[in-house]
Amino acid sequence: MEGNKHFLVGIFNDQDILLKAVKKIRSEGVKIHEVYTPYPVHHLEDALGYSRSRMPVAAFFFGLTGTILAILMQTLMMGVDWPMNIGGKPFVAIPDFVPITFELTVLLAAYGMGFTFFITRGLGPTAVPTIFDIRMTDDKHVMAIDLAENKKSEDEIKQILSDAKAEEAYRKDFTEEEFSPTFGKYLIDVLTNGVTVSSRKLN
Amino acid sequence: MATETHELNLEEKFVFSDKAKKKIFLTLGIGIVLLIIGIILEMSGGGHGEHALNLTQDNLASINSDGTESGGHGHAYSWTTKLFAGMWINNLFFTGLALIGVFWVAVNYVATAGWSVGFKRVPEAFGNFLPIAGVLMLVVFVIANHSLFHWTDTSLYDETSGHFDAIINGKKGFFFMPGAEGVPSIPVFYYGRMIFFFLGWVLFYQFIKKQSHLEDVNGGTKHYRKLVTFSATFLIFFGVSSSISAWDWVMSIDTHWFSTMFGWYVFASWFVSGLAAITLIVVFLKEAGYFSFINENHLHDLGKFVFGFSIFWTYIWFSQFLLIYYANIPEETVYFLERLQSDNYSKFIFINLILNFFFPFLALMTRDAKRKMTFLKIVCTVVLVGHWFDFYLMVAPGTLKEHGGFGFMELGLIMIYGSAFIFVVLSNLAKSKLIPVNHPMLQECVHHHT
Repeated sequence: MEGNKHFLVGIFNDQDILLKAVKKIRSEGVKIHEVYTPYPVHHLEDALGYSRSRMPVAAFFFGLTGTILAILMQTLMMGVDWPMNIGGKPFVAIPDFVPITFELTVLLAAYGMGFTFFITRGLGPTAVPTIFDIRMTDDKHVMAIDLAENKKSEDEIKQILSDAKAEEAYRKDFTEEEFSPTFGKYLIDVLTNGVTVSSRKLN
Repeated sequence: MATETHELNLEEKFVFSDKAKKKIFLTLGIGIVLLIIGIILEMSGGGHGEHALNLTQDNLASINSDGTESGGHGHAYSWTTKLFAGMWINNLFFTGLALIGVFWVAVNYVATAGWSVGFKRVPEAFGNFLPIAGVLMLVVFVIANHSLFHWTDTSLYDETSGHFDAIINGKKGFFFMPGAEGVPSIPVFYYGRMIFFFLGWVLFYQFIKKQSHLEDVNGGTKHYRKLVTFSATFLIFFGVSSSISAWDWVMSIDTHWFSTMFGWYVFASWFVSGLAAITLIVVFLKEAGYFSFINENHLHDLGKFVFGFSIFWTYIWFSQFLLIYYANIPEETVYFLERLQSDNYSKFIFINLILNFFFPFLALMTRDAKRKMTFLKIVCTVVLVGHWFDFYLMVAPGTLKEHGGFGFMELGLIMIYGSAFIFVVLSNLAKSKLIPVNHPMLQECVHHHT
C-alpha cells in the first residue's frame, strides 16, 4: 500500500448520469468526498446534500456595517468636524447622505463577500489545487471517494461505481505531502515538471 | 433536468367558479355602498370634521407668491371634485396594471425568456381591461376636466381676461394644438394622444392575444416568431407612449411644475404594481390547484422581480426628490412643499416609502421569503396598496388641495375598480387554455430551476 491517503476516483462522461450516480451512491451509504465538474451542474449540490451557503447572512452584516459607517462618517465630517453651509441646508442633511451611504453599503458588502469567499474556501495566491484526474479540467466529471471515510471495502465501492455507470473507476493513493503540499514545494514542482504533483500520477 | 419528470396537465383550464364570482360581486356591492356613504358624508360636509384646513397659510402664500396661480379663481371645490379625483387615481392605477400585463408578455418574448411561459396567460388576461380603462379615462376627462386639470381653463390663455398665465400659455401647443393661435377651445392634441395611445395599446394587445391563441391550435414556431417581432415593436411604442401619458395624465395636474423623470417614475410605479398583481394571481391560482408545474423556483423569480423593481421605484423616486431638494429652485420644490408641508399629505409620503421600499426590501430580502407563498401574498398586497397611495400622492394634492383625505369614498372606489378589474381578468382567463400548450419554450418553464 503506497502513501497514506486512499481514494477511489470515478470518471463520468455525462452530467445526467453523474447526477443519478451521486444519488444512487449516496443512497447505498457511500460517503462522497467531492465531485469535480468542468462546468457548474444544476442540482448537483442538492444531490450531494450540501446545505445552503450562509453567505447572504454575511453579506447583510457587511452591508449593515457599510451603512452605519457611512452615516457615522458623514455626520462626523459634515456635522462636527467641518460644518459647511451648502445651499442653506442643515449641516446634517440626511437626503444628501443617501447616495454615499448606498455606495459604501454596496462596497463593503461586495468586498466582504469576496474576501469571505476566498478565506472560507481556502483560496488565495498560495492555494494549491487538488487534482484527482487531469481530465476534470477538460471534459469529464470526476467523483472522489475517500476510502478512510467509508466502511465498505474498495471492491464493493468499485462495484457500486461501475453499477452507477461510471466510465472508469480506479484507486489513487497519495502521501500526506502529495495530497496537500506546501505552496513552495508545489511551485517548485510545477516549475520543474510543468504539471501538478497529483496529476503526475495520472493512470 | 432529465432526471425529473413532471406530470403536465396541458389541457388545464381555469374555471371561473360561481363562488369566486359571488365574492367579486360582494366586493363590488360593498364598494358601491361605501362610495354612496362617502358621497353623502362629503355632501353634508361631515367627512372632514377632523381634517381642519391643514395647509398652513404661510405655505399657501409661498406656493402662490409667484402670482402665477392666482388662488381662488377657477373651480370651486365640491364633492364631485373628490369623486373625479378618486376615479382618476384608479383609472391611472388600473390602466397601469392592464398595460403592464401586455408589457410583461412582450418583454418576455423579446428577452426569449422561457421560465415565465407557463403562466403567461395571466398577464395576457390583464390586457383585456385596457379598452374599459380607455373609455373610463376618456369619460372622466370629458366630465371632470376642469375640476381636475387647471390648464383646461381657457381664460388662462386669454391675455385680456386677467387670468392670463404666461407659463401655462407656453404649454398651449402641447395641450391644445401645436402652433395654435389665440385662445384655444378644445384640447384636440391631448384627446388625440389619449385616443391614439389607447387605440395603439389595444390593437397591439389584440394581435398578441390572437397570435398566442392561434399558437394553441396550430403549433409550430411561426406564431412565436411573429410574436417576438410584434412584441419588440410594441415595446418601442410603449416606451414613448407610457412616458407621454404620464406627463399628460399625471404631471399636467400640477401644470406649472415639471420633472424630466416623471415618465420613468410613473412607469416604475406601474411596473412594480403590475408585477405584484401578476404574482398574487399566480399564487392564488396555484393555491386553487392550478399550475401544478409551478414551484418555488418560479415564485422565487417573481419575488426577485417584485423585490428588484421596488428598489428601482425607490431609486427613481429618490433621484427625483434629491435633485429637487438639492437644487432648491422654487419652481421645482413646490411639488414637494405641497405634499410634505401639508398635514393631509405629509403622512402619505412616509407611508408610501415604508410600504413601497422598506417593507418589501426587508421582507423579500432572504431567499426563503421569495420562495414562500405566504410571504409573497403579504408583500404583494402591501406593494399594491402602497402604489395606490403613490398615485394618490401624485393626483390628490394638485386637485383636492386642502380637502384631501382617505375615507369611505376612496375605499369604495378602490373596491369597485378592483373587483371590475379582477372580474375582467378572470373571466377572460377562463376563455382560453390556461397553459400555452404549443409554446416552444414550455418545457424550459417546467424544468426551471434557480
